[in-house]
Amino acid sequence: MATGIVREVDLKALEKIFRGFEGKGESILIPLVQAIQAEYGFLPKEALVKASHHFRIPLSRFYGVVTFYAQFYLTPRGKHTIRCCRGTACHVRGAAKVIETVEQELGLKEGETSEDLSFSFETVACLGACALAPVVVLDERYYGQMNPEKVRVLVRQYKGASIQESSIGEENNGKAD
Amino acid sequence: MARQISSPIELKTYAEEVCKKKERWEMVIAVCGGTGCSAFGSYDVRSAFTKEVEKLSLSDRVLVKMTGCHGFCEKGPVTIIYPWQYTYVSIKPEDVPEVIEKTIIKKELVDRLLYRDPVTKQRIKHNNEIPFYAHQKRLVFQHNGHLDPTSIDDYISVGGYQALAKALFEMTPEQVLVEVEKSGLRGRGGAGFPTGRKWRFCRNSPGSEKYIICNGDEGDPGAFMDRSVMEGNPHSVIEGMIIGAYAIGATKGFVYVRAEYPIAVKYTRLAIEQAHQYGLLGENILGSGFSFDIEVREGAGAFVCGEETALIASIEGKRGMPRPRPPFPAVSGLWGKPTNINNVETWANVPLIINKGADWFASIGTAESKGTKTFSLVGKINNTGIVEVPLGITLREIIYDIGGGISGGRKFKAVQTGGPSGGCIPEWLLDTPVDYERLTELGSMMGSGGMIVMDEGTCMIDVARYFMKFLSEESCGKCVPCREGIDRALDILTDITEGKGRKEDISLLEELGEVLKDGSLCGLGRTAANPVLSTIKYFRNEYEAHINEKKCPAGVCKALITFSIDEEKCKSCGKCAKVCPTKAASGKKKEPYKIDKEKCIKCGLCRESCKFGAVIVS
Ligand SMILES: Cc1cc2nc3c(=O)[nH]c(=O)nc-3n(C[C@H](O)[C@H](O)[C@H](O)COP(=O)(O)O)c2cc1C
Ligand code: FES
Repeated sequence: MATGIVREVDLKALEKIFRGFEGKGESILIPLVQAIQAEYGFLPKEALVKASHHFRIPLSRFYGVVTFYAQFYLTPRGKHTIRCCRGTACHVRGAAKVIETVEQELGLKEGETSEDLSFSFETVACLGACALAPVVVLDERYYGQMNPEKVRVLVRQYKGASIQESSIGEENNGKAD
Repeated sequence: MARQISSPIELKTYAEEVCKKKERWEMVIAVCGGTGCSAFGSYDVRSAFTKEVEKLSLSDRVLVKMTGCHGFCEKGPVTIIYPWQYTYVSIKPEDVPEVIEKTIIKKELVDRLLYRDPVTKQRIKHNNEIPFYAHQKRLVFQHNGHLDPTSIDDYISVGGYQALAKALFEMTPEQVLVEVEKSGLRGRGGAGFPTGRKWRFCRNSPGSEKYIICNGDEGDPGAFMDRSVMEGNPHSVIEGMIIGAYAIGATKGFVYVRAEYPIAVKYTRLAIEQAHQYGLLGENILGSGFSFDIEVREGAGAFVCGEETALIASIEGKRGMPRPRPPFPAVSGLWGKPTNINNVETWANVPLIINKGADWFASIGTAESKGTKTFSLVGKINNTGIVEVPLGITLREIIYDIGGGISGGRKFKAVQTGGPSGGCIPEWLLDTPVDYERLTELGSMMGSGGMIVMDEGTCMIDVARYFMKFLSEESCGKCVPCREGIDRALDILTDITEGKGRKEDISLLEELGEVLKDGSLCGLGRTAANPVLSTIKYFRNEYEAHINEKKCPAGVCKALITFSIDEEKCKSCGKCAKVCPTKAASGKKKEPYKIDKEKCIKCGLCRESCKFGAVIVS
């Protein structure tokens, strides 16, 4: 887990987010938290505290919700997110080996983010692209029919790009398959 | 181009106008934009077509459009060229200039891009002649191959919103209800409850404020039909919901879409916005005096939120935990008001029933299960993708005639239906007709439509363990039988796969299954044992081999297998040594390679990489 490095969070954007949810009662909680996460990439504690005060909803309600759903993150995410499917269709086509390979390559366990915030690694119950099993999604792009070798190449390509801090990673987005 | 349509006649006139406008296109190139095809690069194919069409100044005669999922994901990107319906599969951007030159300009076929039947070796011109499509009956998906999901005009041009006009102006709410009841439509999201009856409960519940919900959570791993409906034809769902609201007397609707489907969210939102602009949603719909509105809510990644009471809690802004029923949502649902919740596909069937009548709908299917059902056909099968079939078709027809049988020339072992609530069905039951009752009798269930095919290389204990692991992570933890029972079952199954199984484990699992069924709060726990019980029922000898002989017949469970190299078959190519992460595989040129059992972590990479089948698992 990335613990040490928490970037200074600029909370200015919050006001604007709040404006979209005024006067709608407690059912805004999940969409509100989703909007906050869309802005910061994760849920900074300060932002939740502010939201709680602003909308007069107890902070415990926020944390109750945030810790229940898999989509919410309380710590910063890596620059790249790699999500491996462990759904049934992927499982019977060898997803476990793909996941193992990613773990080895990144030195991360499922749910972890690298210290330098370059990668977050998640496994997902189903990515809804089951016909392409096993599926890996890297930064919103789907890669189908993966195997340990292919995923190793993919991850290394991104690792290389990430180390050079160049734009290769972005440009390769469309072409890596 | 916002315009308010304020009567059924105006809608008809407008539909004619749109159709006329479409006539100007001599040819339409429809590229599939479904998840499968886009992962295979269909967006690049579309851009290539657009560029080429512009380059050759064909833009005023040829339309390039992106459609929803065509279903044949295996052969993506799929592209259909109208009016001839020539179907090109696995097409690449490099192929585009040739297609334009030959097909669009010279009206000739590009043979090599046509689908080739693996049996007859014949090239097939049209999609409806490809066996994958020929054995299907596409109603919910009938427009997926040619509609632009982001265009309400496209939907209107194929008769969209006509069912709504008919319901609002030619039928009373009661008549709509009776029609849906008579059609025999049953819920497509899980348990198969009769839709008309559910609507009536909600309609009869006292209260002036009522809600309807479209369940687009689609949490079952291995299923993506609802996604394909929402991404391919979102207006059909919206139209179904408005008709339902009219019958039930609801004022507000929600579409709950899972977070993993951003495009479904986007297209549904867009469809709602467009319907608003056209006066088909909002105040005084089509000038009928009926008002209704819809809002999209995104899920946040919790499988249990597909369960109706949990979903309602989630919309209310709470942790998505189920609550005991009764009271049913029809009596006390969202914010305590009467609420009717149906699955995406259920809603999409409604306009069809209103348009063509209950009798027509009821003529498809079996005595108790009417209409068609979509399935996502995935796993170890040749033609993976989305299929829609009349209920009552046999599993064998789906798997062999449509799915083209098992991939890699391997042997069929089981098909899993019903997601984590379902079970595994063996070979000798493949002639079972697919309907709600039959699948339940077999210890599985219809579920929302995931159909995962497994071959001889799949270990059934590993599959059962897989589902327990999934459910253990997804159980909300509110009730004890589910929270603790699933974990215990997982422990036992893990032991069995690690060679620590005991004789009494099978009966213990069966007993646990009973407890889960009787004691759990919601469907998640109540059906959780199905994957375990069905595998015990049909694959007991595999359990016994693990427990008694400490063997995994499928060669999957790591603790029970060893890897070695067949000296006869080894060609000393060195591939295994290259991929081996622990350097357990090694050797010299011209000598058979060896695997050091001490170092081997049984990852199986060597077996996958060996072209000569020289790696043996025993
Ligand atoms: C654990 C669990 C998960 C469920 N997931 C879904 C789902 O993803 N989609 C769905 O439509 N129904 C799901 N259901 C069924 C719903 O509770 C509900 O029965 C259904 O949405 C009703 O719609 P229908 O009558 O049109 O099928 C789930 C049920 C349970 C117990
Ligand atoms: S099971 Fe992996 S994408 Fe659905």
